[in-house]
Amino acid sequence: MFPILETKEIAKNVYLQRVQAPRVAKKRKAGQFLVLRRHEDGERIPLTIVASDAAEGSVTIIFQAVGKSTTEFARMKPGDAYLDVVGPLGLATHIEKFGTVVGIGGGIGAAPLLPIATAIKEAGNRLLSIVGARTKDLLILEDEMRAISDEIVVTTDDGSYAKKGFVTTALQEFIDRGEKIDMCIAIGPVPMMRAVAEVTRPHGIKTMVSLNPIMVDATGMCGACRVSVGGATKFVCVDGPEFDGHQVDFKELVMRNRAYLREEKTAMERIEHKDGKCVGGAAVPAGGGN
Amino acid sequence: MADATPKPRPKPFSIPRQPMPEQPPHVRVGNFREVPFGLTPDLAILEATRCIQCKNPQCVPGCPVSVQIPEFIDLVAKGKFVEAARKIKETNALPAVCGRVCPQEEQCEMPCVLGKKGEPVAIGRLERFVADFERVTGNVEIPGIGAPTGKRVAVVGAGPAGLTVAGDLVQIGHDVTIFEALHKPGGVLMYGIPEFRLPKEIVQAEVEYIQKLGAKLECNSVIGKSITIDELLGEEGFDAVFVGTGAGLPYFMNIPGENLIGVYSANEYLTRANLMKAYKFPESDTPLNKATNVAVVGGGNVAMDAARTAKRMGAENVYLVYRRSKKEMPARVEEVHHAEEEGIEFHLLTNPITYHGDDESRVTSVECQKMELGEPDASGRRRPVVIKGSEFKLTVDTVIVSIGNGANPLIPSTTPGLDTNKWGNILADQETGKTSKKGVFAGGDIVIGAATVILAMGAGRKAAAAMHEYLKTGAW
Repeated sequence: MFPILETKEIAKNVYLQRVQAPRVAKKRKAGQFLVLRRHEDGERIPLTIVASDAAEGSVTIIFQAVGKSTTEFARMKPGDAYLDVVGPLGLATHIEKFGTVVGIGGGIGAAPLLPIATAIKEAGNRLLSIVGARTKDLLILEDEMRAISDEIVVTTDDGSYAKKGFVTTALQEFIDRGEKIDMCIAIGPVPMMRAVAEVTRPHGIKTMVSLNPIMVDATGMCGACRVSVGGATKFVCVDGPEFDGHQVDFKELVMRNRAYLREEKTAMERIEHKDGKCVGGAAVPAGGGN
Repeated sequence: MADATPKPRPKPFSIPRQPMPEQPPHVRVGNFREVPFGLTPDLAILEATRCIQCKNPQCVPGCPVSVQIPEFIDLVAKGKFVEAARKIKETNALPAVCGRVCPQEEQCEMPCVLGKKGEPVAIGRLERFVADFERVTGNVEIPGIGAPTGKRVAVVGAGPAGLTVAGDLVQIGHDVTIFEALHKPGGVLMYGIPEFRLPKEIVQAEVEYIQKLGAKLECNSVIGKSITIDELLGEEGFDAVFVGTGAGLPYFMNIPGENLIGVYSANEYLTRANLMKAYKFPESDTPLNKATNVAVVGGGNVAMDAARTAKRMGAENVYLVYRRSKKEMPARVEEVHHAEEEGIEFHLLTNPITYHGDDESRVTSVECQKMELGEPDASGRRRPVVIKGSEFKLTVDTVIVSIGNGANPLIPSTTPGLDTNKWGNILADQETGKTSKKGVFAGGDIVIGAATVILAMGAGRKAAAAMHEYLKTGAW
């Protein structure tokens, strides 16, 4: 069992948890993820490891309660425990001194961005960050990102906080003012990552994206997470989760992430029914994670 | 419960091979319960009396783990079922599993003298019967364990190979820890082989037996990620490692449309259905797409398992698409027979070339072409050749690609000094399981490619003996 040490709602329906998992804490590197299971009939949910404390033996995860499993996760209290925690999984981010790096986190994507951006900064890069959300209530990790960034721009789609606009607007402004960008890392909703890749493509700026497709075992055994990259099929769980954003077939990824919409709705209705009340939030695919 | 009373032996050749009662096809396609009910004590004794107790039995060398077959069958004939189970367990730690999934017709039963004129003794059914009898009647006993040797062994993968190694070494007195990547032990016995062919309760009972012998089990440990092999041999303090990680990398055909929604690898489909219990959805949380028309591509045991699972998941039509003829199918005759009985529609000499989908990227049809058999290929089987202009479409909403599995690269890619062949299989000595890296042994599908449970167990048995030798002498 893997007990929860701390849990808090850091934005609307977005939760941060510190979970006791010593082996994972000792081993994880920036960019890697883990898989959690709540109970005997539970599904395997992949989530990025946001931080770890090897001495305490704990890992930090951040997730949005959108499907049945993440809603159950959100209801757990300190002392409750996950039945299974597996990790660290996936390849660690390739970190080196690139020069100037733009790190972009959209919505919940700021969570997986934070450890990568931290490692990038520690490697001696100049870090320009863009953290965005649809609206102020959904913005996370602004302070944490500000603390490690040489410069940060915060955006909200609806203008309810900071700069009104999309993360791509801010990125375009960096480019327009003549920044020589050596590398861009974008993590967030698939349409956002695709939009970022389209902004950087004409400028030849290498752009890495971190993908969160549906997974089952997450060890390379099933192929549920397959994605087309440069025309070749890759398994995100073992070949990723990071890929060249200019090579990823985002259209296919969007479609594949919708594979279980109907089933996820059925599962959600069951827990809402059990509660005798309606829990807000759109259905997202099982294992949609992050 | 006392053992059944033995009866005087009738003349062996006068008794026909005893059939095993099973669920009728129209009933069993509506449930996930095991298909055969197993022999009754009376039927088992009757079947056992068919064995003529050859002086020079050919069945024993046919068994990869050398079960003392005539001896255990003699005990069955005398009604000593528990003793018979223990006789098998001297060389086979998983008899309830082997009695169900071994291809006996190619192994122990093939050379049976009775088979020359009529039908061989039903060795597999008897093995299954005594293992079930011992377990159900609460007669499972822990044999004597050797004095502690002070040596620590890490077994990577709790599948058939790893469990065999663990069982053998822990009985000698070594300190054994099994590391399993998934949340449940058993490997392919849990995620791959369906409940209706191998109840999971039985797998867990067999694993618990290994644990009762003293082996420790750590699930959720992905060796190569959570811990590397070098760390096992270093800071984790193990003296030897056995790698039995299986063939866990699904092959696809790389044809257009293979990434459409509804196209699964057999591994994914079966893992969702078996390990994650999708058949209970929404009581369990992991779903499978509801399907009406399913195409399963392939002709092996896994293809049969996938097809029969799809039927039980509610599909109206399940097509088995295989590019050669029935004769070349690698699946066991019994599995093909069961699939046919359950209404699986065979499209033989047929090969998929493209999958088509709708505007939501869900698969809607598979385009196939007909094949004919040409000259034999490297495998000795006649090579399928395309018949030009024979293209046709099958309407489907799920496809299960079951054309085999390769080696998972997680361990080779993180273990310096561990050599593999060009397909990524670990190079290991056939007799000892020794790899290119000192202290590291390997066996089962990770070495020989996707094969059978019993071959993996046979490799485990040999590796365990070699590991014991290495732990004693330190000689590599």
